[in-house]
Amino acid sequence: MTHRREALLALLFALAVLAAAFAAPWLRFVLTLALAKGIAALGVMLLLRAGQVSFGHAMFVAFAAYAVAFLAGRVGDALLLLPLAMLLTSLLGLVIGLFVARYREIFFGMLNLALSMVFYSLLEKFYSITHGTDGMRVPAVTWAGMATERVGGEWAVLVAALVLAIGFALLARLYLASPLGEALQGIKTREARLEFMGLPPRRVLLVAYVLSAAMAGTAGALIALTTRHVTPLMGYWTASGELVFIVILGGAGGVLGPFLGAVAYELVRVYAAASVADAWQLILGAVLLAVILFARGGLFSLLRGRRA
Amino acid sequence: MKPILQAQGLRLAFGGVKAADGIDLDVGEGEFLAIIGPNGAGKTTFINMCTGWLKPQAGRILWRGQDIAGLPPRRITAKGIARSFQLPQLFTEHTVLRNLALAIAAREGAFSLLRPLLRPGWTEEAMEIMRGFGLEFLADTRADALNEGSRKLADIAMAVALKPRLLLMDEPTSGVAASEKLGIVETLARVLRETGVSAVFVEHDMEVVSRFADRVAVWSQGRIVANGPPQAVLADPDVRREVIGIEDAHAAP
Repeated sequence: MTHRREALLALLFALAVLAAAFAAPWLRFVLTLALAKGIAALGVMLLLRAGQVSFGHAMFVAFAAYAVAFLAGRVGDALLLLPLAMLLTSLLGLVIGLFVARYREIFFGMLNLALSMVFYSLLEKFYSITHGTDGMRVPAVTWAGMATERVGGEWAVLVAALVLAIGFALLARLYLASPLGEALQGIKTREARLEFMGLPPRRVLLVAYVLSAAMAGTAGALIALTTRHVTPLMGYWTASGELVFIVILGGAGGVLGPFLGAVAYELVRVYAAASVADAWQLILGAVLLAVILFARGGLFSLLRGRRA
Repeated sequence: MKPILQAQGLRLAFGGVKAADGIDLDVGEGEFLAIIGPNGAGKTTFINMCTGWLKPQAGRILWRGQDIAGLPPRRITAKGIARSFQLPQLFTEHTVLRNLALAIAAREGAFSLLRPLLRPGWTEEAMEIMRGFGLEFLADTRADALNEGSRKLADIAMAVALKPRLLLMDEPTSGVAASEKLGIVETLARVLRETGVSAVFVEHDMEVVSRFADRVAVWSQGRIVANGPPQAVLADPDVRREVIGIEDAHAAP
């Protein structure tokens, strides 16, 4: 796809999100969640470029969400909370990445899963600090010093999510075209060659891992600011699986894929849950099956007009 | 000739098989050294030890006087030793151009996140290298769609793109059509001679060896059984019988 077509698609997508949020006020919440999950899924997609699937990235989402919950009382402004949560999550990503970037494939996936479940248990068991499964309420925050009422607050998070989504999509695009981003695919196809070229694969993967943690952290902070309530379930392994699901649904062929996947996922979930409450997971499963069987490159490849 | 690489008393055995059983071998500055010998003799093991993939159980590998045995491959690459592979190791989902650009990026330091891989200077250099190997018309072909000969050339081109001082090649002409072999080696030799790069190549084609090697070492069962100029070594009746498989009609009874 040409740069211009992709930029046009992104613009249409952003306008459609804004129009939908304007026309149907109750969609604002759903779309904000979708954009946030799209950002997290974009990070998971970077790792997928290297052939590595993380089943634990919801840990970073939950970490950032709890960071916002703890800090919102002291740092009361969203424009400070967002970068702060992102920075803290990146640091966590660096520490964990130094460890997991040594492993590949099933070991990489399972280690991420295991670490995320350890973190989940900590959130659940340390009741005196985290209130266990009850979760924590996120105090009201200001936006650039301005207090916002309910509707204004919803618009503020939605616009912030959209701006951040566009920013990260651009960043990911530049990164994937850079030497380190191109080398990610080299990890998947011929890792030993990287080693013999003097480009350590672990460091190549670590950069992607820290970026993916930063994105998941941003997503977690946005979700906390939207839902105003955080629970350990945000870091449960099914939440990590959801991110992988979104990437496959949307397609890993371009940076728009995860966002298309996230919006489709959230909309299907909301509408299916409303109409067939007991069978919405069945519908999601059928959609995923259809994508895998008939559009391996996900929704993005359908838009692009050829199969990836 | 001043040696840049000196192997001293290298030993490495896999189970009971001695791939290297006390190897002493020098490579001179700008020299082309061919290693010949039967399959399974330990020739590839030598390349693997010199590039850090395998650690010798005993002995030293001196690079300009400094022992590099057991260093990780990327540290050895950084010192100016590159290798190519018997089975080409390409990034199969990338085009040939991108494969080469990645090698250039690895050499130049790839840690700039926001500049593209295919930046003007690097693309031109990659095209230049591809022209040297006659690969320029395949620039936009994915590596997994290449034929065996082109794959082999691209593999060597990637090692050359690292601008090494010493290039180790594992059977550079295997898998290449017989009619193309000499042309390819000629091109390669020209590129390397121009820049004064030393080369070690494991080779089974005796015509390639006699034309391009400055010196030949014969590797058999983990030992070097002959070492000298090609004319002398390739004329040795023992070498001809044991390694090349030619029984001279007039050989002594």
